[in-house]
Amino acid sequence: MASPRLGPGLVPGRRISGLVDRYSAWAVAAIAVAALVFPMVTSDYWIDVAVFWGIYVLLGLSLNIIVGEVGLFDMGHMAFFAIGAYTTAILSGQLGISLWLLLPLSGVAAGLAGYVLARPIIHLRGDYLLIVTIGLNEMIRISLLNNPWGLTGGPNGVIMLDQFRVLGLTIQKPIHFYYLVWVFVAVSMFALVRLQRSRIGRAWNYIREDEVAAEAMGIDVRAAKLLAFTLGAGLAGATGTVFAAKLVVISPESFTFMESVILFCIVVLGGMGSIPGVVLGSAAMLVLPEILRNFAQYRMLFFGAAMVLMMIFRPQGLWPSRRWTTKLQEGEGE
Amino acid sequence: MNGWRCRRGGPARRRGFRAEGMALFIEQLVNGLTVGAVYALVALGYTMVYGVMRLINFAHGDLFMLGSYFGFTLLVATFVGSALPLWAALPVTVLASATGVAILGVLVERAAYRPLRRSNRLTAVVSAMGVSIFLQNAAMLVWGPRYRAYPPWAVPDVRWEIGAVHIGFMQVLILMVSILLMAGLYLFVQRTTVGAAIRATAIDHDTARLMGINVDQIIRLIFVIGPGLGAVAGVLLGLYYRQIHFTVGWSYGLKAFTAAILGGIGNIPGAMVGGLLLGILEMLGGGYISAAWKDVFVFLILILLLIFRPTGLLGERVAEKV
Repeated sequence: MASPRLGPGLVPGRRISGLVDRYSAWAVAAIAVAALVFPMVTSDYWIDVAVFWGIYVLLGLSLNIIVGEVGLFDMGHMAFFAIGAYTTAILSGQLGISLWLLLPLSGVAAGLAGYVLARPIIHLRGDYLLIVTIGLNEMIRISLLNNPWGLTGGPNGVIMLDQFRVLGLTIQKPIHFYYLVWVFVAVSMFALVRLQRSRIGRAWNYIREDEVAAEAMGIDVRAAKLLAFTLGAGLAGATGTVFAAKLVVISPESFTFMESVILFCIVVLGGMGSIPGVVLGSAAMLVLPEILRNFAQYRMLFFGAAMVLMMIFRPQGLWPSRRWTTKLQEGEGE
Repeated sequence: MNGWRCRRGGPARRRGFRAEGMALFIEQLVNGLTVGAVYALVALGYTMVYGVMRLINFAHGDLFMLGSYFGFTLLVATFVGSALPLWAALPVTVLASATGVAILGVLVERAAYRPLRRSNRLTAVVSAMGVSIFLQNAAMLVWGPRYRAYPPWAVPDVRWEIGAVHIGFMQVLILMVSILLMAGLYLFVQRTTVGAAIRATAIDHDTARLMGINVDQIIRLIFVIGPGLGAVAGVLLGLYYRQIHFTVGWSYGLKAFTAAILGGIGNIPGAMVGGLLLGILEMLGGGYISAAWKDVFVFLILILLLIFRPTGLLGERVAEKV
């Protein structure tokens, strides 16, 4: 796949800095320590909540590439997550391939699917792309439900027998999953922050802000959009492997349109194109309803109302991306 | 997404495929038209809101669902069902739930969409989803998470046989009511002054305002008509399939929206054609190809259409604003 051709107008940034530089080192260290200690002081229930939070952060990060960075409306992202999870469950069950191998393999499978499915539709604008991706989500979910070639097990799904193994330790308990998932989150966040600051990342943001101007500057808009879609789908697919290992039984009901909507909201609520925003957004969409469990009956009611209020009073998201507010510095972008 | 659980056991299938050949084909066609008419009524709400505000009103499907529940409550729990004769109870129910849902529609517009009219479209879409989640859960709290059934006495069990073709009373009723409503709406939008104001607002808010049109009022009117029609569709479908559930807003909303796109979103005759066409395609695809793959079939057609004719069947090409 071709990386976006960047015209002479865009020079690579000179101050490509890591995560630490930007969001002070102390805060990161404090969060890391808190994350390490957290599972030792709490119950399995809350560790499980944190595991699913981590999985949704990974998914949110993958969708953020598409919706947040490039501004493509993808409301069927669960389809790629499903492809990853099913690839893992089926290959692991039928061929006994190790999960460590299936992790990249599922990513590649979902990325490939993303590329093939997005190619004919990538030129559609805003709302049309939205509805097509919803359609793709439904098509893939119904296909899984219909048990093609007896592979997906229909509504009952597929059972995973294998687990991740690290140095002889089988990852089974919530606490193991907790560390596994959040290590993945940390690695992905680091990589994505780097990507965001790269030529490709800046080209993506340029397309989001003004597609025509980006094209005029010599960015191959089509290739850049396809790259984002493929990468986003790939990361979602790889996350599917972790999800399959955690859930043990993979069935179509985990990948409904509603879940895609929740993902979409994570990205918008967190702040488009903002990586820390994804973490906050998924906390708001997943952890908050758990905390409000005492009001179980009314929590989703409040939640819907909160989404409306949030959009009215803080539309830029919980933690807006800096690129929304900062202007290009002198000399940059010339 | 399988809100109407009794679908596969619906009036046509329960009798099995007794009728053969041509008769079967015509029956499927009538089934398709019946469902399609409902899609079309709901699609009109999507397409009118989109045409005037460029907003996908994700809450519209849930307003339709609430219409279904309002009708249920009116028929079962109040004097309407028991005191009035059937021929009077049905119209009263339909009108009352349409009024209720129209009021709700106006409230939703006022609370969730008007403050966002000037902001970017993504914000409004998320707000619409918030409304949708709110309405769905409100319905679940009020009417419970189980399926509710319309009373059997509400639908006269009249059936006609024309040759080998069976046609039910509800099918005729749904077709007649929706064709009347659609024709009325079309004439209203095309022939009246208010209709002209709606069309002008759809083209350009600012210019419409310069012509002395009260844009806020037009949008309010859109949110009366759209949800009102949706509620009528909700009651009719409730009577047709008997069972209702709080999640049908999603499934039927998605289909209706697909219908709106199929015909060309923002285009009123387009929504009608799109709805009927979608219903027919779905029933024929389900009857002749495979019932389980019928929805895949529908979305596949949608995607192919969008690839080759992104503006829908009746849509006009609109240049993207730079």
